[in-house]
Amino acid sequence: MRIQMTVNGVDRTADDVWEGESLLYVLRERMGLPGSKNACEQGECGSCTVYLDEVPVCSCLVAAGQGRGRDVRTVEGLADGPDLHPVQQAFVEAGAVQCGFCTPGLLVQTHALLATSQRPSDAEIREALAGNLCRCTGYEKILDAVRLAADRMAVPEAGP
Amino acid sequence: MSTPTRTPTGAPRELAGPTTGGVGANAQRPDAALKVTGEFAYGSDLWTDDMLWGVTLRSPRPYARIRSIEIGEALAVPGVHAVLTAEDVPGRNVCGLELSDQPVLAEGVVRYQGEPVALVAADHPEIARQAAKKIRVDYDVWEPVTDPMAALGHPTWNQVHDQPAEVSGLSRESAPIHPDGNLVRHLKIRKGEPAPTADVVVTGEYTVGMQDQAFLGPESGLAMPAEDGGVDLYVSTQWLHVDQKQVCAALGLPLEKVRLTLAGVGGAFGGREDLSMHVHACLLALRTGRPVKMVYDREESFFGHVHRHPAMMRYEHGATREGKLVHVRCEIYFDGGAYASSTPAVVGNGGTMGIGPYVVPNVHVDAYGVYTNNPPCGAMRGFGSVQAAFGYEAQMDKLAAALGMDPVELRCRNAMELGSESPTGQIVDSPAPVAELLRRLEAMPLPPEHGAGTAPDLRDLPGGVGNTTHGEGVVRGVGYAVGYKNVGFSEGYDDYSTARVRLEVIGGAPAVTVHTAAAEVGQGLVTIEQQICRTELGVDEVVVHPKDTGVGSGGSTSASRQTYMTGGAVKAACEQVREQLFGLAQQRLGRTVADLRLEGGKVVSDRQGVLGALADILGDEVIEETVEWRHRPTEPIDPEAGQGFAHVQYAFAAHRAVVDVDVELGLVKVVELACTQDVGKAINPEAVIGQIQGGTGQGLGLAVMEEILVKGGEIRNPSFTDYLIPTILDMPPMRIEVLEYPDPHAPYGLRGVGEPPTISSGPAVVAAIRQATGRALTRVPVRPEYITGT
Ligand code: FES
Ligand code: FES
Repeated sequence: MRIQMTVNGVDRTADDVWEGESLLYVLRERMGLPGSKNACEQGECGSCTVYLDEVPVCSCLVAAGQGRGRDVRTVEGLADGPDLHPVQQAFVEAGAVQCGFCTPGLLVQTHALLATSQRPSDAEIREALAGNLCRCTGYEKILDAVRLAADRMAVPEAGP
Repeated sequence: MSTPTRTPTGAPRELAGPTTGGVGANAQRPDAALKVTGEFAYGSDLWTDDMLWGVTLRSPRPYARIRSIEIGEALAVPGVHAVLTAEDVPGRNVCGLELSDQPVLAEGVVRYQGEPVALVAADHPEIARQAAKKIRVDYDVWEPVTDPMAALGHPTWNQVHDQPAEVSGLSRESAPIHPDGNLVRHLKIRKGEPAPTADVVVTGEYTVGMQDQAFLGPESGLAMPAEDGGVDLYVSTQWLHVDQKQVCAALGLPLEKVRLTLAGVGGAFGGREDLSMHVHACLLALRTGRPVKMVYDREESFFGHVHRHPAMMRYEHGATREGKLVHVRCEIYFDGGAYASSTPAVVGNGGTMGIGPYVVPNVHVDAYGVYTNNPPCGAMRGFGSVQAAFGYEAQMDKLAAALGMDPVELRCRNAMELGSESPTGQIVDSPAPVAELLRRLEAMPLPPEHGAGTAPDLRDLPGGVGNTTHGEGVVRGVGYAVGYKNVGFSEGYDDYSTARVRLEVIGGAPAVTVHTAAAEVGQGLVTIEQQICRTELGVDEVVVHPKDTGVGSGGSTSASRQTYMTGGAVKAACEQVREQLFGLAQQRLGRTVADLRLEGGKVVSDRQGVLGALADILGDEVIEETVEWRHRPTEPIDPEAGQGFAHVQYAFAAHRAVVDVDVELGLVKVVELACTQDVGKAINPEAVIGQIQGGTGQGLGLAVMEEILVKGGEIRNPSFTDYLIPTILDMPPMRIEVLEYPDPHAPYGLRGVGEPPTISSGPAVVAAIRQATGRALTRVPVRPEYITGT
């Protein structure tokens, strides 16, 4: 089947999509967007998290057909231009990235958290990221990164 | 050549300007930006236009003879390009890390559930999977050997009392899984008196379940057939050169025709030390003449790599009334599963470090590694030491209780230190601050109790928002543990790493390229390589060449060894480049200058200040040096008494765990984990902290959550739905103190960092649960029913 959707602000079409293919598969293998990761394909790890119409979802659990006509935003679409998004920058600076396989999903989830909550408490951060597994970091530096990003995003940039 | 116009005598440091991001700095990883934008290419992300997808058909049975394999129907599926079995392996159909005992594709017999039997390459992964189902394998099913003691014909313990139970009917002769019998290795240590007497004696039996590395990025890679009849393999792995050797042997190709490049690695933790899809993808690529990609899904990953050895351990500790250890006896059985993998080394570590970092005059150890038809076990972070620590630290607490002594005090009275003699008779010849690690933990403030009178936040209690308790039935416990691990390869192994360092001028500025084959798996070796080059060559711009077999072996990314070994090799290569550069500088200056050094892109003399810019001195010259670097040699231990200089370096960490336990429901909440670790020298302090935090998490997982459940040789929970690893809700805040007592034998005095935190965190958590519940808890992971006694 043919599937059309908006991905990171661009109209995209995929042809010859099979019934059983997930949104994750189509993004990774048919649209050349391998940033979203596949670590379980069961909705357990959050590595595949993308925005589907502004809501973060596990794209491994979304059938490709369900994406038809909708708006998808992946880790590749977080930054606006060449500069990293503050959430990405905070993950880099806080040392929240080791192997980085969990990172794309965590970035999208954190982005979504900070869109609704300006200064989340640690308990709120933990709750929001409870569906994203990371095997390398023990999560402490991920918490640091989220706090750092929240701080920076909450304070308006000083003018020139 | 003009001579310098001035010869300043003071403050050359400021004149030169410091090099930033060198050794000791918190330099940022060079791959971080790519990883946060999604551009970093992991093995599973590789893609070429005309590639095929490969899948593996695996045995559903743990032990069976293969009567026949029919591939006709699978081959006939449209879109299928090849179906291969053992017959299609052109070279030797055998591989293995330490012993070559594992077929690339099963030949005549399968020895574990999940053993690869056949391969399919097709246009689409789903076509390949469907075709694999059409391969007909006729199995003559045998009874699997699943008990490691029975596999050796040893009496099985009854896990409660000390008298031996019945001797199993199976014996080494009657049920050999491999031609040479079921014993992979038996390590003996006999030190001191054979029958010492002690005032107080405690005994115990302990069991550790099978843990999975659970790296997030499953096994993956892409094999490209090459015009010279060889193959280029891009793969996520831990040791390119040991892979290359095995792939060559199986393909029947010379080394130069099999070239490996490291693809992005999504975590490893030991689980990528053995081959997974390496040979399989190459076989399919060479047969079809097309690039072949293979990516395991999570379920296949549970069958596609080795796990942490389950262990059964029996200890006897004797001490004087004053709390001085007199003797330790221990027996450990490591279940290696169907193939050896790194079982011999696991037995080596578990045996030589099986009594913990304590000084004991009389030691009697028997450690066994055994073949069974369970899933193969091999390397995982801290191997051998992780299992033993659950046993010996439980014993230290038990002994402290029997003596009426504080557990930390007992440990400190017996702690290993500089100059101590290890159970293998090795003198500890670098700092071993075991007592200090414990005392520092003890001195840290404890986290506050739940506020009296106010309702606690449910999220802070066992069971969390599951709303299982509001604080009633919740008891807090505190536990301590310390552990240690050898760094690098031991027992006489010729352990080395290779580094190539190149210095040249690019765009008017000096630039360094560092090329090693040492695998970056997420730990940050690429950053360390850059930092060392910056410090040694005074150049900011350092490019890390892709990791491949175009340079000599870097050895394995395991045994906490890469910063030491590849770091050492990079440092040595830099030193040679620097010597050459100084020669060139003096040639250009037309005179000899003492005390030269490189800093901030300049050649500097302590007495004469800046002598010139590196870029000017170098001009068009390119200096490149390749160095093979070794740590000082170790010795094999003797087979009867287990004595010898076996380990090049020890690394130590200790933990204190504070745990809230719902004693009615058996649920636990780890409130805080504090860690102290000596790292000799922190090359990148924040990366060290990251290793401690991550390693601590894996230890916590093994203590209370993680176990591959195996019944009759079959894995019952091969998914992240049923195999649970710690989430951000399970991990507590951590208090960490890093000590830096330099090891005079190591580059920069550094000590390996990655494994120690995984060793002591779990035993500390279990000790805290014991304190809260008063239960013996002799098996990990601790399950709710062990706590409630139901
Ligand atoms: S891959 Fe989608 S949740 Fe794990
Ligand atoms: S950084 Fe490796 S899984 Fe999170």
